[in-house]
Parts: sequence; C-alpha cells; structure tokens
Amino acid sequence: MNVSYTSREQIEVYRFSLPAAIFIPLLALFLQAFLPLRLHFFEIFDLPLLVTIFMAVSRRNPATGLLTGSIIGLLQDSLTHQPIGIYGIAKTVVGYGASSLGVKLDVENSGSRFLLVFGFYLVHQVIYLIVARGMVGQDLAWRWGHMAFAAFCNAALAVPLFMVLDHFKQRG
Amino acid sequence: MENLLTRHRNVTILVVVLFAEVVGLAVQVKRTSDTDSSRLLRVWTVTAVSPLEKAFVAAQQSVRNTWHSYFYLRGVRAQNQKLQEEIEQLRLQQVRLAEDAGQARRLQRLLGFKEQFIARTLAAQVIGSSGSDMSRVVYIDKGAGDGVEQDMPVITADGVVGKILRVFPTSSQVLLINDPSSGVGAILEKSRLQGVIKGTANGELLLEKMMSDERVEAGDQLLTSGGDQIFPKGLPIGVVKKVSPGKDVFLNVQVKPAAELSRLEEVLVITQVVQRQPSAKEAQASMRAVDILASRLPSIPDNPRLPSTGVPLPVGATPPAAKPAGSKTAPGAKPGVTGTTAQAGSTPKPRVKSGQTAEAQLTGGAVKTSAPKPKAANSAANTAAGVTSTSAGVPPTVTKTPRAAKPTAGAATGASNPADQKQPGTAKAEDGSGSATAAPNASAPPKPPTGMAQNPPPATPPAEPQP
Repeated sequence: MNVSYTSREQIEVYRFSLPAAIFIPLLALFLQAFLPLRLHFFEIFDLPLLVTIFMAVSRRNPATGLLTGSIIGLLQDSLTHQPIGIYGIAKTVVGYGASSLGVKLDVENSGSRFLLVFGFYLVHQVIYLIVARGMVGQDLAWRWGHMAFAAFCNAALAVPLFMVLDHFKQRG
Repeated sequence: MENLLTRHRNVTILVVVLFAEVVGLAVQVKRTSDTDSSRLLRVWTVTAVSPLEKAFVAAQQSVRNTWHSYFYLRGVRAQNQKLQEEIEQLRLQQVRLAEDAGQARRLQRLLGFKEQFIARTLAAQVIGSSGSDMSRVVYIDKGAGDGVEQDMPVITADGVVGKILRVFPTSSQVLLINDPSSGVGAILEKSRLQGVIKGTANGELLLEKMMSDERVEAGDQLLTSGGDQIFPKGLPIGVVKKVSPGKDVFLNVQVKPAAELSRLEEVLVITQVVQRQPSAKEAQASMRAVDILASRLPSIPDNPRLPSTGVPLPVGATPPAAKPAGSKTAPGAKPGVTGTTAQAGSTPKPRVKSGQTAEAQLTGGAVKTSAPKPKAANSAANTAAGVTSTSAGVPPTVTKTPRAAKPTAGAATGASNPADQKQPGTAKAEDGSGSATAAPNASAPPKPPTGMAQNPPPATPPAEPQP
C-alpha cells in the first residue's frame, strides 16, 4: 500500500528552467567557495547540500534527485583537494532520500523543511565520514556536538533560503 | 529481470550511480600519484567558478580602496606619523640585524656552508576556498601562465601559509598547513629541536614527534627547518600555544600559526629559491649607521651663509667655499661637524677622499665607528685607523691615523660620525649652523650634529677586523 502523509493538493511536482537548474547550483558552489574567505563562520554551512535537498524535494522524482545530488556533489568534490566522489556519494544518497521523502511528506511549510534539512544534514555527514574514513583513509574524528550544531545552523538557513528559491519553481 | 528493473527503476539508478562513484573513488585512492584522471573535472569546475571569484575580489578591492583612499581617512595623519617613527626604529634595528647577518655570512663562507635565498616571489590574491572544513585549501589568482608550479611554497609577511598543490591555467590550489594531509618540517627557534607540523581536522596545528622529555614551552617560536625540501629554512610557522602529554612518549604540542590562515587575502608564492654560498662582497656589505642616523636628523642647508645680521659663523665652522684646495667631498657630502679640529678652531685639513669616508656601524645597538677603507690600506689598518673613535660623552681626544692612509691619500678626517661629536667643544656646532670639513658619509644627505646631541650614542666598542 502506498502511504502518503500529504493531501492531494500538496503533492505537486515542480520543475526548474534550464538556466535556473544550472546557475542555482553553480551559484551555491561559488558562494560556498567564496564566502568563507570573508565570513569565516560561513564554513559551517553547506549551500550545495541545501540546494540539492531543495531541488530534490521540489521535483519529487528520485532519479532526478539523485542525479542532481550526484552532479552537485562531484562539482563540490572538485573544489577540494581530496579524491573526487566523497561528496558525490553523500549527496547522491541525500538527493535520492529527499526526493523520495518529498513524495510522501508535506515539505512546503517551514517546520517540515527545518526538520528535513536537519535530518538530511546528519545523514550527509555520516555518509561522508564513512566514505572518507573507510575508503579514502582520512583521519576524521566524529564530532557529534559540532555536527548537531552545524545541522541546526543549516536547517535554520534553509528556511529563508527555500523561500527565496521557491520563486524559481515552475509547476510541472 | 527486465520487469524488476523497471519496477525498481529509481533504486536501480541509485545503485548504478553509487557504484560508478565508488569505483571512481577507488581508482583515485589506488593511485599513489596525483589523480590525473580527475583533473579534467577539476579544471572545468575551477574554470567555471574562478572568474566569478576574481570578479568579486576585484570589485571588493576597488570598493575598499575607494573607501579607504578617498573617504575613510580619519586618523591617517596620526597613523602616518606613528608609522614613520616605527620605520625609523626598524631601520635602526635593520642595521644591527644586517651586521649580524653579515657576520653570519662571513662565518658561513668560512665554513663552506650553503644558504638558501628566496630569489623571487610572486604576489597573488586569494580568490576562493574549498568551502569545506574537511579540506583546507584556498585558490589564488595566479596559475601556470604566471609561472606557478606544483609544490611551490606560499607565504605571507607573517609566516608560512602552505604549498601549491594543483596548478590550473589561471589559478592554483594551495594546501594550507593546517590541513590534516599537510606536513612542514619545523624547528624550535630556541632549543633547535626539530619536529613536523601537521594540521588537524579542526584546523589546528600540532607539532609532532616531540619526545616527552624534550623541553618545549608555550611561547616558543617555530621556524621552518628546510627538511621537507619545500619550504626554505627559517620562515616563521607559528608559536607554541599549549604543551600537554600526548600518546606514548610524545608531547602534544599545539601551535598557533603565524599567518592568519582563516583570513588570507594576499599571499606570496616563492617561485625561486637559490642555494649558494654567500660571497665575500656580500658578507662585508652592511649599512652604515650614519646613513640611518643622517636621515633621522633634521638637516641644515647645504650651503650655510652668513646671516643677514652679520653674525659670524661659530668657531670651527667653515663655509663650504672655504674648503681647502684638494678637499674632495663626495656629492651629497655636507657640512657636518668638525671634531677635534673644530674644537681647536683650526682650518680643517682634508682627510676624506671621496668615497672613503669614515664608516660607522651600529652593532648590537652600539654605534661603532670604524675606519675608512682606503684602497691602499690593508684590512687591519682599515678597521683600526683613521677614525676619531670616541665613546659617548668622552671628548674625542685620540685620533688614530692609518698608516697606509695618509691624509693626502684620502684618509679620513677626524669627524667621522656626528654621533661621536657630542662634547663641550662642539656645543656651538649644535646650533645647526656649523659646517664641516669632512663628510661623515659621502652618500648621506646633509645633516647637522644637532640631533646627535639629542640622541647621544651608546658606548663605542672597538672596531673588529674584517675577515
């Protein structure tokens, strides 16, 4: 049985124009690379992840969501000095999960968005750490406190950010 | 089977994509050398992002420059004055350090040591970062087209920043020293203990390989040891922040980086490091204290004339026109102070040949008056003779004349350094109207002795023979 916890009206599939689909992730990558130089605290945010989640839950298509996450993650990897694929794997999973969840949950209000981002940020970090430690052999520590705080900050940023990004959505 | 894949299309795509990513990652990890397989994607991404970053940085710089240059000028005058004073202090300090460095070079040359010199640097602007606290790299706006190569050291005026990790056509990736994958050979400045500086996941610096019985204290300076073959020796890395017992027999030494790694804006890429023996000429080269002191002191006119009131010049002061024939004063040589000659009020004799003026060096904060270096004189005579060697407050009653440097041959006059002229006999000259027969420094601008009276020099140590 297909269980959905949303009303019929809430399950709306959106799409993005081609320029928006290209430039929003690129802008997120650019800001993520540029802003921490000037605003050091910005390092705690993960704008590409937020864009991945937003696009995935808006499109409500797991295949599209995971591909979006994969591309954004690989691009983010290419800005680091680490092997390409760590962020790619993590964001692929997040993209798939967010779009799958978007079909079943109401993700249009601020509360659900906050919880969604909070949860997926933790998932993202756990996958990242597993891959980085298990495959790449990086010596990364589990900092649960820091991770929870970062998840909270990202979720708090996601609420207004998603409101802005809502303007780029088009009914599918 | 086909029906199964169709029914679980999304899961299948997920598995395929993840599998591809895992395989790609495994291939990169397997390779020990640089991951050339991923270079294309990196170049694409950096090429797409860096123009935006450059444009933003340029815009930010121009706005900041406009603001600071034209609008926000509050306190600039006071700051300028403060900086000028600081420059004077630093220049004096530089003389002392140059003397030390000269001595070190002489010793190195004697021992046949080779020294690394930073021959060329390239200034670069930091335009971006990785955007992740898992990867501490920054991007600079200089790339292969500017001569940047892999593994070149990157520094700031404060200290070491990192090294070039990847080079792109118009930008480069710099691995910061606080990344866990970086390592810098370090040496403690005082104890000369060597270790390795490593970054942590938190972005901190740790000094590794320090045994627990070693004496490491908070506040100790850390310099590059040169052992990593990347960073030249002697660059500041940071200061020991905290020392605590670590694993096994090692200490856990936390280091505060000298460079502000989280607020980098402009950096220097060391593009050329030369390893050579210091030459004898270089070893002997040192700045003269009179050059420094002369620029600090208030000047008097080059050609002092009789005042319109008809007041005669002070005793011992000789107008330039009254210089005896044969007195060769170098261009720029100016009225200084007559030393013992001035006291006697006698006509000064030309003892200084152009370019062979008395040389004063500041060593360890003391003004050392050394001899001129006549061409015919041997080195021992150079250092010991021909100088009015005085101590502060002691009248320069003894004038040593070099044997090889006869007055006619261009030996120095008694007044070699205005710093040595503070004495009762020269009180009249301190009014700034006195002229000099001998230029303390042929290349220095005209300076009166006034300032010297205000700034009495420290005791003069004996001149050291030059090797």
